[in-house]
Amino acid sequence: MATVDLPRPAAMAIADPDRLKHKFSRNIKERIIEMILFLAALVSVATTLGIVFILFYESLAFFRHVPLVDFFTDTMWTPLFSEPRYGIAPLLMGTLVTSAVALCVAIPVGTVIAIYLSEFAPFSVREAAKPFLELLGGVPTIVYGYFALVFVTPLLQKVFPGLPGFNMLSAGLVMGVMIIPYISSVAEDAMRAVPMSLREGSYAMGATRFQTATRVVTPAAISGIAAAYILGISRAVGETMIVAVAAGMQPNFTINPAEPASTITAYIVQVALGDLPHGSVGYQSIFAAGLMLFLLTLVFNILGHWMRRKYREAY
Amino acid sequence: MSAVLKTALPVRESPAPESLALKAEAKGLDFYYGAFKALKNLHMPVYEKKVTALIGPSGCGKSTFLRSFNRMHDLYPGNRYQGEIRMYPDNVNILAPDVDPIEVRMRISMVFQKPNPFPKTIYENVAYGMRVRNINRKSTVDEKVEKALREAALWMEVKDRLHDLAFNLSGGQQQRLCIARALATDPEMLLFDEPTSALDPIATASIEELVDELRQRVTILIVTHNMQQAARISDYTAYMYLGEIIEFGETDQIFIKPRNKQTEDYITGRFG
Repeated sequence: MATVDLPRPAAMAIADPDRLKHKFSRNIKERIIEMILFLAALVSVATTLGIVFILFYESLAFFRHVPLVDFFTDTMWTPLFSEPRYGIAPLLMGTLVTSAVALCVAIPVGTVIAIYLSEFAPFSVREAAKPFLELLGGVPTIVYGYFALVFVTPLLQKVFPGLPGFNMLSAGLVMGVMIIPYISSVAEDAMRAVPMSLREGSYAMGATRFQTATRVVTPAAISGIAAAYILGISRAVGETMIVAVAAGMQPNFTINPAEPASTITAYIVQVALGDLPHGSVGYQSIFAAGLMLFLLTLVFNILGHWMRRKYREAY
Repeated sequence: MSAVLKTALPVRESPAPESLALKAEAKGLDFYYGAFKALKNLHMPVYEKKVTALIGPSGCGKSTFLRSFNRMHDLYPGNRYQGEIRMYPDNVNILAPDVDPIEVRMRISMVFQKPNPFPKTIYENVAYGMRVRNINRKSTVDEKVEKALREAALWMEVKDRLHDLAFNLSGGQQQRLCIARALATDPEMLLFDEPTSALDPIATASIEELVDELRQRVTILIVTHNMQQAARISDYTAYMYLGEIIEFGETDQIFIKPRNKQTEDYITGRFG
């Protein structure tokens, strides 16, 4: 156990042992930064929780006056009548019909655009096309609403002469156009994230570009594409101005898109315009309607989340 | 050094010259990535039903050369070929502009460095080559899928789960699946781009064994980083450096008595 005296550099012996200790000023700075970041994150979480709380709280007041059974089974929504009836079904139906029309436009067109931009378009075309698509998403929805009312509806009336001035078809179609860029851009990102090695594998087997795009890239990106569709559905369900302007504001329990109808969002706009006194049952009804909308979007989001996990591809 | 390598080499009878047939031949091949000249005036024969290995340090152009054989470079803009790769028995320059790369790829299949199974079932991965050729008769596809999986020595491991996702296989199994996929359409030539570099030693051994069996039926061109692998599995070897073929010859000759000093330095590990 003989110890050997190793020569030590002189500088080491006189080094300040405190140099390695925690620095108070550095610690406090880190804490403050961490606090600011935490507060920033808290704002969004707190807002969400606040909204949910208000929705439930005000809805509770509403449901003290209107039984839940009536709310879900009545097919009339007439809060302004002297004998008001509060059946959510007509509004829900309006939302679902306009959304369905919109998605019939947005999902196929958005998917085709995504496939084209990701797999076929030369670099220059892609770079030129993307700003235009983003512009489509940036147009204020009120502009779309009047576009539907004063341009698309008259056009449709030439094809279907009996079409009323307010109808869900026109609103739905224009809403579909509005949603296209949301779907195409998320779906395109998902497809471009598919590794080149998969495409090369497909080409090496003698596949054409179209076969590669449809049989390899699209299935590989399916979870991202599903996420794009879910985003589109959420946009459609929550869209307000287009339907408020172009679909009419009469609650109408129908699945015929050629008829006018009100949606949940359009009804909330109507009440917000001041037709009902603050604090009345009618006023509280918008919170119940809002809660319905919230639950609907929540269901779609959970569905999307579940689909993403189920079909997630590991490449 | 040569003596050590010699003992490690498998004993193989050198092929009688008259039994050799040309499957393909590079003639004065140049290749450009944009302005960068990656391949310089390559001349090399590829003999039918033989294994030809391309070796050389990183960036020497061996993968670029390999990928010229199935026109993979056509997928990216700015790439340009000059010169010829003749394919026999057609005696056609497959780099000619009037040759459809899809037709070339139907006859010359490829296995990549990293296993790249498609996000499909095991069965559909192997059937892919038939699907893109519109061969969909179930009995034909079933038969070819089984045959290809057997040839790739994967059948026994997967026959009870053909309809599982291919991603659930291990890395070595995935690579053998990719080989089965490439074999399922009866290609005349198989290109291997460092097929074992992402695999563990056991999986590597099984792939090498497979290549050894496949040489009976198909012409093989293989890029490898691993000189022992080239020595073990190939009949012919080309040593490449900076986009040129420095030496080409029978593998035994290249590894035992290389004619070129550079080849010798690389093989003996003094360089590279």
